[in-house]
Amino acid sequence: MQAIAKELRRDVVQTIYTGGSGHPGGSLSEMDILVTLYFHVMRHDPANPRWPDRDRLILSKGHASAGLYAVLAKAGYFPKAELPTFRKLNSRLQGHAHPMTPGVEMNSGSLGMGLSFALGCALAARLDKRRYNVYALLGDGECDEGQVWEAAMAAAHHRATNLVAIVDRNRIQNDRTTDEVMKLEPLAMKWRAFGWRVLETNGHDYTALISTLERASQRQGRPTAIIAHTVKGKGVSFMENNPSFHGKAPSAQELEKALQELA
Amino acid sequence: MVSKRPNASTRETYGKTLLEMAGEFPDIVVLGGDLNVSVFTHLWRDKHPDRFFDFGPAEQNLVGVSAGLAASGKIPFVSTFAVFGTGRPFDQLRVLVAQPHLNVKLVCTHAGLLTGEDGMSAQGIEDLALTCSLPGFTVVSPADSPETAQVIRAAAVTPGPFYVRLSRAATPVVHGPGYRFNLGCAETMRDGSDVAILATGVMVSVSLDAAELLAQQGINARVINVHTLKPLDEEAVVSAARDAGAVVTAEEHYIHGGLGSIVSQVLGQKRPVPVEMVALEGYAESAPAQELMVKYGLTPQRVADAAQRAIKRKG
Ligand SMILES: Cc1ncc(C[n+]2csc(CCOP(=O)(O)OP(=O)(O)O)c2C)c(N)n1
Ligand SMILES: [Mg+2]
Repeated sequence: MQAIAKELRRDVVQTIYTGGSGHPGGSLSEMDILVTLYFHVMRHDPANPRWPDRDRLILSKGHASAGLYAVLAKAGYFPKAELPTFRKLNSRLQGHAHPMTPGVEMNSGSLGMGLSFALGCALAARLDKRRYNVYALLGDGECDEGQVWEAAMAAAHHRATNLVAIVDRNRIQNDRTTDEVMKLEPLAMKWRAFGWRVLETNGHDYTALISTLERASQRQGRPTAIIAHTVKGKGVSFMENNPSFHGKAPSAQELEKALQELA
Repeated sequence: MVSKRPNASTRETYGKTLLEMAGEFPDIVVLGGDLNVSVFTHLWRDKHPDRFFDFGPAEQNLVGVSAGLAASGKIPFVSTFAVFGTGRPFDQLRVLVAQPHLNVKLVCTHAGLLTGEDGMSAQGIEDLALTCSLPGFTVVSPADSPETAQVIRAAAVTPGPFYVRLSRAATPVVHGPGYRFNLGCAETMRDGSDVAILATGVMVSVSLDAAELLAQQGINARVINVHTLKPLDEEAVVSAARDAGAVVTAEEHYIHGGLGSIVSQVLGQKRPVPVEMVALEGYAESAPAQELMVKYGLTPQRVADAAQRAIKRKG
């Protein structure tokens, strides 16, 4: 999976470069989480994206769409040749993830909404007596949104045991660090106080990710939050921990350097 | 109400109709925000607790969850007050419901001035503007209880986002038992060719009374119930303008973005005629609903006055 992730990180920087804009920082920080989900944990069928029993990944931090597109293309939801159409006219690959792309579950771009949507999917599983799990991937800056905590409270109240929230804890949001913009700590205690089981993991270590996600899918009467400690811009030295690459495409030289580092 | 017609509660009709539909529509789930007794979905809650979810007064999450349920094949009916259902979660309606065109049914009560004593924060006078501004939404403002029952059924069988506007107060019944509601087709309730009054919601009853006042002065007014604001029955609007040469719009909503705006937009493009609008000019205040209707000009006399002005401007 490390090799896949490296290849997909190359796709991310290349896609955002070709698209002329996009969000590399959060697309790189989430990559190992997505690779673990799509290539190890989730039951899904790229040939049948609407398979009713599929596990679902809801990308709530929809600006990090380039990371998801790279993963979905690799998994076979659409041809990899489509990646260069990202953000271009008539493309299925919208700036923020939209369900017009095969494999994308939810429209996004306005932070804070994905956990509610995921809860709706999780409750539908109960109504339909299906066994699928729903994973919602949230940014840490995104947790500033009040709706996240409305959803957190509701998911615990309605005992959505098949719901897993994963926070991409890269410690940077749009402008600056989460500590500077809006303090989140103690984050694990917040989720716990809202009635969730909380697991923490290194978000780049596959052994840890696999065991954490496998534990999360063992239902325990409560929804599960995973705080995945990550590095924003992971894999590209000059993007790592650098807020300026939250929402900026690399230049031609930067792309070349990034591709070298990811070779 | 001002009229002599018997009153009936549209929100109670909503709750009862929904309950009747439970067996026929196994995919319907009902979602609430701690106002279920007020919106009458407690009837459903008590009968079908497994198909009911309360999210408390947390409407952004409420709408968000409904989108996830709709994307999973359910038909969620989401109900709260108009202000809380359209204003608070507007971005959720936009991004999670309208943009992916999901099958969410938003049925809100306590719209408009008829909310009364709770005052301006509770009086949703912008809900039609908000929901009509969302591409792909169907927006319906029923005139009375019999119509409401049929609108709720139409909502369940019409794919896509659907908004229904209901009142707190019981409102006059303007339809007989044989009435057939036709989504998207405005209903001519009284014929006439001196002026056409296009009304929605409770203002249909008020406009029928206005037509009586006008008849006493020898003026024949056509009264049209524009229950569906979106998609608008443009043909009915244009032919009313053509036949009468002057139009009055009447709504219990802010003058911007509601029926008057929508009708004027169509007539400006297709059949320019004088248009007079009876609507709210701004925020109101706390008082019994009927007193507010009088103070803020939503009366038969004011509609009749508007008709006279429109006729004078015919040229
Ligand atoms: C409701 C809303 N407000 C503001 C924005 C602008 N915005 C886009 S990304 C972002 C920061 C997100 O930070 P984080 O959740 O930490 O994302 P990540 O670090 O994973 O990229 C902001 C404020 C938005 N998309 N939505
Ligand atoms: Mg972040």
